[in-house]
Amino acid sequence: MSVIKSVNLTRKFGSLTAVNGLNLDIPEGEIFGLVGPDGAGKTTTMRLLTGILEPTGGEAWVYNKHVVKEAEPLKENIAYMSQRFGLYEDLTVLENINFYADIYCVSGKQRSDKIEQLLGFSGLIPFKKRLAGKLSGGMKQKLGLACALIHTPKVLFLDEPTNGVDPVSRRDFWKILYDLLKEKVTILYSTSYLDEAERCRRVGLIHKGSLLNCDTPDNIKSQYNTKTLEQAFIKIINEYESGHK
Amino acid sequence: MMPAMNIKRIMAIANKEFIQIKRDPRSLGLAIVIPIVLLLIFGYGLSLDIDKVRTVVWNQDGSSQVSRDFLLNFENSKYFKIIGYTDNYRDIVRALNNGSSMLALVIPKDFSRYLRSGSKAPLQLLVDGSDSNTATIAMGYVKTVVTQYNVNLFASTLQQQGLGPPKKADLRSRVWYNPGLNSRWFIVPGVIAMIIMIIAALLTSICVAREWERGTMEQLVSTPVKAPELIIGKFIPYFVIGLIDLAIGVIMGRFLFGVPFEGSYLLLVILSMLFLTGALSQGIMISSIARTQLLASQLAILTTFIPTMLLSGFIYPIFNMPKAVQAATYLVPARYYLVILRGLFLKGNGMDVMWDEAVFLIIFAVLMFGLAIRKFKKKVA
Repeated sequence: MSVIKSVNLTRKFGSLTAVNGLNLDIPEGEIFGLVGPDGAGKTTTMRLLTGILEPTGGEAWVYNKHVVKEAEPLKENIAYMSQRFGLYEDLTVLENINFYADIYCVSGKQRSDKIEQLLGFSGLIPFKKRLAGKLSGGMKQKLGLACALIHTPKVLFLDEPTNGVDPVSRRDFWKILYDLLKEKVTILYSTSYLDEAERCRRVGLIHKGSLLNCDTPDNIKSQYNTKTLEQAFIKIINEYESGHK
Repeated sequence: MMPAMNIKRIMAIANKEFIQIKRDPRSLGLAIVIPIVLLLIFGYGLSLDIDKVRTVVWNQDGSSQVSRDFLLNFENSKYFKIIGYTDNYRDIVRALNNGSSMLALVIPKDFSRYLRSGSKAPLQLLVDGSDSNTATIAMGYVKTVVTQYNVNLFASTLQQQGLGPPKKADLRSRVWYNPGLNSRWFIVPGVIAMIIMIIAALLTSICVAREWERGTMEQLVSTPVKAPELIIGKFIPYFVIGLIDLAIGVIMGRFLFGVPFEGSYLLLVILSMLFLTGALSQGIMISSIARTQLLASQLAILTTFIPTMLLSGFIYPIFNMPKAVQAATYLVPARYYLVILRGLFLKGNGMDVMWDEAVFLIIFAVLMFGLAIRKFKKKVA
């Protein structure tokens, strides 16, 4: 079953085409890496698929909900962590989590269990009463993830979540993601770090709004006969640029 | 169509706003201190009463009892304050130039002689007309004193000739609602309307824009929270602040400035809630459209402070304005609220005479609230 599906998804801002005819098909329980340089269209793709930005062309469905016509029901099943820290810096860790628990209407025993579990695996218990703005970069991102997971979403959209996060926190972060994959959560993960891309089941290389390649990291490397994803991507981008001169 | 709302979500947003306001001393200060400061400034500083008009006198006929009796009418009036006597025009020019006097009264040396001989006795009044409004009023005071003097003179002449007192119409004015014609009574209710309009629109104007600027809105719009839930949730804390400001205004008005409150407090609260709903919604609508705090606060000041100050009848009477401007005042909600406030404070009005204003406030509240919800989009662009 495909959980994220887009057909010719396009978004233009005036004369600029941020996302150009994107076709994605991501099955349940997969972590899909969206890779590309800054300004490639990763964030726009995330926003289109989470229903907070309307496409100018094409269509997309997430968990069987149309991103335009069913944008609101769609939001029940997904979680989105924007690239910029999106939580309230003047609220404490626990206040932020409680706020999102209320927003998603998580209540009763389910709520207290979930909060305990999220604080536990994110290592935030000692910082419960600290203002979110006073957390380190890695802690902030873990809090962001905790708030995103409060309603046990089916699909997770993470926009460069480990940007500027130290290696230890990054490893903790991935540990959480692997646990989620075991529970059949589907994850769309955008990153500009290629070591992170290697950890995804499949990666899509996006450049100037277009998806240039989409396969497992191993297949891409063997297709271009390179040792690393980085070398393969450079080859793909060069090929694209020479074809568009 | 308004989707079904969830009280829990509304309260979550309201609670979050309360916490944020509590932790940001500036916004709390803005909400509580600004109204007090405005009331003090306007209450003490802005007096529209014109009395103790500063006057300099040159009595060229100083040796005569008649001219000195005439001057007593000015010296004993609370509307004039004679700051000095002189015997030359240079001092008069200086006094008018440097503003130490507004009026200069010159009594010519033949004043008493002319009066005795039964011909017209000229008097010269020099007026600083740079503040035309006050100058007109001050000249009116002088005219009244002179007219009264003439009437008395006429009566005593008749009596000397053995005739009775002259026939005359006797106007007896009684001033209702503000018997002392104290302009503070008129201003304080206006300041309350202005404070509520400004605080409500200014505080809320940044409350949505701030979330877009800080990036927290992008997170929030990706959740199932509905636009009306978000707007109402944001609305609640500022509604409470608005009512606190109303209380500050009424308490200071009554006990510091001695303005009476003749009407019903229940009506005051209900009608103020209507006005507050409109003002808060206007702020939230501005905030949703502007998306940056700077633009939003400027728009809020432009669309609330200036019209409320100039076009509500707060200081400048609406009936004195040009017709086109008068028409524009119908669009200023503070206009209606002001009539209600003055009616409640000074006249003890009931709903029977305030329905028109109340209906306008209802229209304003419903329209702005509807617009605020419609204009809020759960989209980043």
